[in-house]
Amino acid sequence: MGKVFAVIVVVIALASAVPIVTHHWFGTAIELRPPQDISTHGHAIDEQLSETMVEAGLSFLAAQLLLAFFVWKFSSRGPTAEIKTFPGGAKWLVIAALALVGTEMLALGVLGQRAWATVYFTPAKPDALQVQAQAGQFAFYFRYPGADGKFGDLHPDKIDEGNSNFFGLDPANDVDSRDDIVSGELAVPVNREIHLLMHAKDVGHSFYVRELRIQQDFVPGLDLSVHFTATQIGKYEIVCTQLCGLGHYNMKAYLNVLSQEDFDGWLKQKASEQ
Amino acid sequence: MAVATAHQVQHHAPPQGFLRKHVFSVDHKVIGKQYYALALVAVLVGMVLSWLMRIHLVWPTAPIPGLQWLSKTGAPGGVMTPEYYLSLLTMHGTLMVFFVLTNAPFAAFGNYFLPIQIGAEDMAFPRFNMMSFWTTFLAFCILVAAFFVPDGPPLAGWTSYAPLSAVGSDAGPGEGWGQTLWGLSIFVFCIASLLGSLNFIATTLDLRTKGMTLARMPLCTWAWFITSCISLLAFAVLLPACLLLILDRVAGTSFFVPGGLVISDRLQPHSGGSPLLWQHLFWFFGHPEVYIAILPSMGIVSHILVNSMRRPLLSYRVVIYCMMAIGFLSYMVWGHHMFVSGMNPFSSLMFSFPTLVITIPATILTLIWLGSLYGSRLRIHTASLFALAFISMFVSGGVSGFFLAQPSVDIYLHATYFVVGHFHMVMGVASLFGVLAGTYFWFPKMTGRMLNETLGRIHFWFTFVGTYSIFMPFHYLGLAGNVRRYSAFVDDYLVPLIPVHRFITIAALITGAAQLVFLYNLVHSRFRGAPAPPNPWECTSLEWTMPSPPPFDNFGGKHPVVYHDPYQYGVKSSTGDFLMQDSPEQARA
Repeated sequence: MGKVFAVIVVVIALASAVPIVTHHWFGTAIELRPPQDISTHGHAIDEQLSETMVEAGLSFLAAQLLLAFFVWKFSSRGPTAEIKTFPGGAKWLVIAALALVGTEMLALGVLGQRAWATVYFTPAKPDALQVQAQAGQFAFYFRYPGADGKFGDLHPDKIDEGNSNFFGLDPANDVDSRDDIVSGELAVPVNREIHLLMHAKDVGHSFYVRELRIQQDFVPGLDLSVHFTATQIGKYEIVCTQLCGLGHYNMKAYLNVLSQEDFDGWLKQKASEQ
Repeated sequence: MAVATAHQVQHHAPPQGFLRKHVFSVDHKVIGKQYYALALVAVLVGMVLSWLMRIHLVWPTAPIPGLQWLSKTGAPGGVMTPEYYLSLLTMHGTLMVFFVLTNAPFAAFGNYFLPIQIGAEDMAFPRFNMMSFWTTFLAFCILVAAFFVPDGPPLAGWTSYAPLSAVGSDAGPGEGWGQTLWGLSIFVFCIASLLGSLNFIATTLDLRTKGMTLARMPLCTWAWFITSCISLLAFAVLLPACLLLILDRVAGTSFFVPGGLVISDRLQPHSGGSPLLWQHLFWFFGHPEVYIAILPSMGIVSHILVNSMRRPLLSYRVVIYCMMAIGFLSYMVWGHHMFVSGMNPFSSLMFSFPTLVITIPATILTLIWLGSLYGSRLRIHTASLFALAFISMFVSGGVSGFFLAQPSVDIYLHATYFVVGHFHMVMGVASLFGVLAGTYFWFPKMTGRMLNETLGRIHFWFTFVGTYSIFMPFHYLGLAGNVRRYSAFVDDYLVPLIPVHRFITIAALITGAAQLVFLYNLVHSRFRGAPAPPNPWECTSLEWTMPSPPPFDNFGGKHPVVYHDPYQYGVKSSTGDFLMQDSPEQARA
């Protein structure tokens, strides 16, 4: 029975590795990997992910195969077989674990810090395009500052979804808000840095675009922001990843990466619709 | 080292009558079995909930027969609504984490075997012990009651993030009475756990019999002791956090709710609170909780492995130091649940490093187990199979931690099925394998009957292969960015992944059905199983010195004297290749 266990462990270990290596679900077209990165910072995250995959994968296979091998070899030796001690005993295992895993973790920690730093330790450039994102049950809205380059103030008491005042603007009294452009999709020009100012209207939500390698929570009461540069024209899904209530699964919007001309045209058209 | 003397030991007369004997018993063994029974009920309910969720995810329009009886509004015609899905998810998580993973490996086996393994007649505070269980039971009843409140069970997840969980029914269905009951249930559960932990600590420190030094305690006793220290500090933080949450909900305070929120078109009457405060308090408990679930299983598995290998571990002390290190580090890493929460990005790095460092004691533990297998005389039975499977599962669940410990990688993987796969494997399945190993190992002692070995092995193979089939694919889905806690997959990129989910659902149904074999084995063997000898596994620790099941006062009013460390295996003695802890005989090499 020990040998059966050993074989099953080996089969499980190897089978588990198949979708990781092939990036597909066993012989199908179902892709099981991050989509093509379309950001300027994402490559650092992807490299870190691959690096970790190699280290985790090797540790996983080594441990499972060793377990299988030892169980295979020592499970049917009978009650009189000589008991042997692993060469070097506990001392060398501890030293090996400290040295190998310590180095591995230090490497991951240090390299990972660099990847993290590219996202969070560098502020957005002053000329980045500012867009405000608002998350509410169960929709995202995006606001552009308009020609004056200034966002109008938010007045939660003025929110009136029936009249499309999703943000609670007060154009009657607030000059800055009169030319603010509000949209249900996030249109951005390609290759231009976007500084996304995040505002939660009600409960916690999150902004997740796989292709951008960005995930950031909206936290009520906290002014958070992320910045990114999209490098490929196209439409990408923005989904909510923070449980926000019954419509959570359906809370989505699109990131529409446009050429600069198309973006200018889009903005003009939106402005005329307001 | 302090050693218990006769006058320190708690005495209590044998109980008379059914109620005192089986219900409101102060006997640690009865309480241990009560915890086990409660965990068993909770795990069955939790498993059925997971079936319902899995079925809904892949056959969203198929009516589930009988479901409409559970909730007319939640599942009209047997098809569950999105909010009911989230409610089941919340109840599944809460039941499993609190009432199964905390109760079964720690409270159930700990209660039954910790006093016996250190040579005590009972816990240090038997009445407190009874109170712990019945308080836990009350918490369970309160949670189950949340199923039946008019506006539905809570749906904010087992983490119940504020403000969703704090603002009341404006936030949608399930956020009325259901959420309040959730808070109350966990509040009560914390009280029970604090009482239990104190009792474990006092018992371990004060009631050890003559010769039972700390360095002679079996590894599972060590694990229960370390766990109770962790538990004491962790639940002490969750307790006030739940109180504050309840106050936000019913008393109009604003601990976790900031001003200016508009929910259901209503400006909320709150100001000045911080949603991140809840996250910090919750995860300050939440991460140690992972170790409250896994450490006892590590101890149980070590204990069973040594017995099955018929040799001592490569190092007993290193195992204890590793468990202590893991327990200690568990308090420094809670922020790794919050990398994308808006916490200061510099703190993320501070939380990332100790998280990566935990890998070191975890690896050492694994290497000690593996290294000890080398050159052993491994005996294979259901208990040792589950113990070996624990190692396999612990490794599989552990390596995915490498990814999530790094804030940069977590940006992509956070809140995806990768995380779900990770924690189900390492704290869920691995921990439950420890419990199952413990069940097959100690059932004879607890009931006086052997479990059926053939049924045990059938159960093992289905469970081992089944859990891998369920939880490994979760990781792949996570790599594709599959978001968790969705009641349906409607996004363009999620629809193509549904066949993988279908495979998982089928695996979950089969694996779940295999648990019925286990259940049958438990019930059948309890009454019809072969009578158990006092020491069927030729084990060395004190629980095997007494008849199966043990008498009411454990050692018959005597105080055993301990002469050896707990793992005298692979020696020559009059009993065979092992030496009982209380045997005055000296082993021959």
